[in-house]
Amino acid sequence: MASRATLAATRFGYGLPLPATAPDGPAEMLERLGGPDAAAAQWPIAGHAPFLAILAEMRAARMAVKDRKDPAFVAGQEVLKQQALQLAQNAEVQTIVRAAISPDSLRERLVAFWADHFSVVAARKIEAILPFAMIEDAVRPNLSLPFGEMLVAVSLHPAMLIYLDQSSSIGPKSRLGSKQGKGLNENLAREVIELHSLGVGAAYSQADVTELARLLTGVTVGPKGEMIFDDRKAEPGPKTVLGKTYAAGGLDDVRAALRDLALHDGTAQHLAHKLVVHFVSDTPDADLVASVAAAYAASGGDLMVTYTALLDHPAAWVEATAKARQPFDFLVASVRALGVSDQAMQALPYKQFRTYFLAAMATLGQPFKRPLGPNGFPEEAEEWITPQGLARRITWAMQVPQRLVDPLPDPVAMAESCLADRASAGLLWAAARAEDRTQGVGLVLASAEFNRR
Amino acid sequence: MDRRGFLRGLGVLGCSVAAHPLLTTVTLAGADGGRLLGDQRLVVLILRGAMDGLDVVQPQGDADYASLRPTMFNPSAHDLDGFFKLHPAMGDLMPLWQAGELGFVHATSSPYRDKRSHFEGQDMLEAGTGMDVPLTQVNDGWLNRLLQSQSGLTSETAYSVGQVAMPLLEGVAEVRNWSPETTLLLSPQARLLFERVYHDDPLFQAAALEAMELADAGDIGMMAQAPLLVKGVKLDDVEQLVDYAAGKLRQDARIAAFSLSGWDTHRQQADGLPRSLTRLQHAILRLKTGLGADVWGKTVVLAMTEFGRTARENGTAGTDHGTGGMMVMAGGALRGGKVYGDWPGLSEAALYDRRDLMPTSDVRAWAAHAMRGMYGIERGVLEASVFPGLRMGADPGILL
Repeated sequence: MASRATLAATRFGYGLPLPATAPDGPAEMLERLGGPDAAAAQWPIAGHAPFLAILAEMRAARMAVKDRKDPAFVAGQEVLKQQALQLAQNAEVQTIVRAAISPDSLRERLVAFWADHFSVVAARKIEAILPFAMIEDAVRPNLSLPFGEMLVAVSLHPAMLIYLDQSSSIGPKSRLGSKQGKGLNENLAREVIELHSLGVGAAYSQADVTELARLLTGVTVGPKGEMIFDDRKAEPGPKTVLGKTYAAGGLDDVRAALRDLALHDGTAQHLAHKLVVHFVSDTPDADLVASVAAAYAASGGDLMVTYTALLDHPAAWVEATAKARQPFDFLVASVRALGVSDQAMQALPYKQFRTYFLAAMATLGQPFKRPLGPNGFPEEAEEWITPQGLARRITWAMQVPQRLVDPLPDPVAMAESCLADRASAGLLWAAARAEDRTQGVGLVLASAEFNRR
Repeated sequence: MDRRGFLRGLGVLGCSVAAHPLLTTVTLAGADGGRLLGDQRLVVLILRGAMDGLDVVQPQGDADYASLRPTMFNPSAHDLDGFFKLHPAMGDLMPLWQAGELGFVHATSSPYRDKRSHFEGQDMLEAGTGMDVPLTQVNDGWLNRLLQSQSGLTSETAYSVGQVAMPLLEGVAEVRNWSPETTLLLSPQARLLFERVYHDDPLFQAAALEAMELADAGDIGMMAQAPLLVKGVKLDDVEQLVDYAAGKLRQDARIAAFSLSGWDTHRQQADGLPRSLTRLQHAILRLKTGLGADVWGKTVVLAMTEFGRTARENGTAGTDHGTGGMMVMAGGALRGGKVYGDWPGLSEAALYDRRDLMPTSDVRAWAAHAMRGMYGIERGVLEASVFPGLRMGADPGILL
């Protein structure tokens, strides 16, 4: 029988054993969430600014040189490019370290939830830091504020503007549009409504998408890579989105419209449903969803209130762990179960890190920060626990742990520490009969209990 | 169904193509010695992301086309029938057109309307249902329902390849799911222990059992990181997929399905679309070669997409989500050399919502007639269970 403490760590964290200073129980988990973002300070990841600084240096060097084949110039550009790649490599390691080691696990789980909700993919290798930077700049600081703040910050972040083509959308009747014969690109507007706020099930029309696209014109990425509002691209005239007219134009109207979208009934339903599906069950309890949606609606989309409603509801504590850990969760929980330290993770040569974690996530069906579309990765257990998917989890569990820790832990002891009262008699029986530690550890990490949450 | 269809593009087929963003799984259905489904081969391609049919088969004979598509109008496109021209990136298919082995259905679409969501659109296309059935209530795909309508299929008769099955083939008819490169090296003792460990969780038990049954010798290994951006047009993943399917179709498999992504051309379509068309063209040509003349002669390929794109170019030299689309057909069993479908015209009044190509047919009807002609499936079964609510209408005669 799984205790409430085990369920809290499994359903709302990255599993057991809990880090030394972890909060005790749901109330403390929520309280910690309201405090400072200690993990971000302890294991830093670059936001957008350091990346822009590198781009600026590259640009300045290009402007200063006459001969672009000059070896010193070429070498200098390469050094800067490596610095940009380094930002992303550091971010990859730190993201896993934060999740596995931080005692504030609910925060990391929520960050991962929103990162998937607002999926972006880097188009060019040198921009690989962008999805991470968006999380640092726009998701983490707004994690427990009213959702409208996060929606504004994400929708105006260059990573999103580039990914969903807003950077090239131009009002057809704007100064630039009428001169150059260019016009709208409705990609961001559509996904903001369909994926990020109301959800496809809500009542909205193509006209709302088009109007939001018109309203968003002007928002673009400037020559230095930063978000700007370019008046010359902004479509003149009032725009009406979901019955509300925005007449002034400019960034203030864009922000206002996004905040209004956040307050829409459809958004409350959509986000509540997604949260419950992500944390509790692929077939969510209707009353739990309704309670979370009601808390969201009553508080003006206050995310702290929303999370509290989720954790306060009895249906969030059903004993059945029906969700499958996604590949990222599986690897993070394995790092935690094996007791790999943050220093050990950071000391891992990047080539090995790439093989054990990044390539592994790709083979497990969840290439890191590269979902196929803006709708992120699927939730259903059946999506992940396929013959191939499970075969690859088993293979990872049998091959990689011995390269991360030496000596490997005793399999039975590890089962007890990482699953506590969720370890079945069958698993303990099997772990004790493994031919060697490698196989025993593999059995535990590939077990159904460990891969459920 | 939910949005799985789209996400399944992440399916992994072997090391070299792991996580390739454009690769998706291949699904195959066979029959014991091929007897149950006869000798004909059906290959269904799902083009995920909404292919712009108006750019692929350009209605240059329509007076409104040039003004709607100022930057995409290409006079050097290959003439098909004096009205339609084929995108230059599909030029290598012209010999097939001339041989009657390539055809198209223009202005066709699934019953999906109005929200223009990729994810819902693909789910409906693969579910094979209409707007009257909530997608959340559909648990199987139309190819699976086709199999369900055939009695006598065994667990070996249908299987899929790739990390996960496509929704198209998902359902109660048994379909096996494996990627040939995945292996599982377990000692006899380890197998025994895993059987015990998974004993009480049906999902894990079934997956593990199938994995152990199907695993070959070899090494799953660890893969090199796939590059963030593939330069040029990458074809080896398509080849791997098609070769595997062709190999199976030469033997007992009768139906294969896989998908190609990369059709969501919101911006700079002139750069993006040719890449995807090159892959589609290569898949068709490679399939023809791989099947050999005899089997190709019994084959029909249907390449369908969730919806079309806006009739007008958007402001960024691309197109946004639309409604009426286009289906590509190929194969030696096809009566090709023709652009099928009623042409609705492109004047503003003729457009759907004054925005999109007006669908004049249900894409399911073409597929249903193909299955009726190839496998003798009764009209009642097709209209009631494979495509519930479909009215097939008169046989358009797309088969030889």
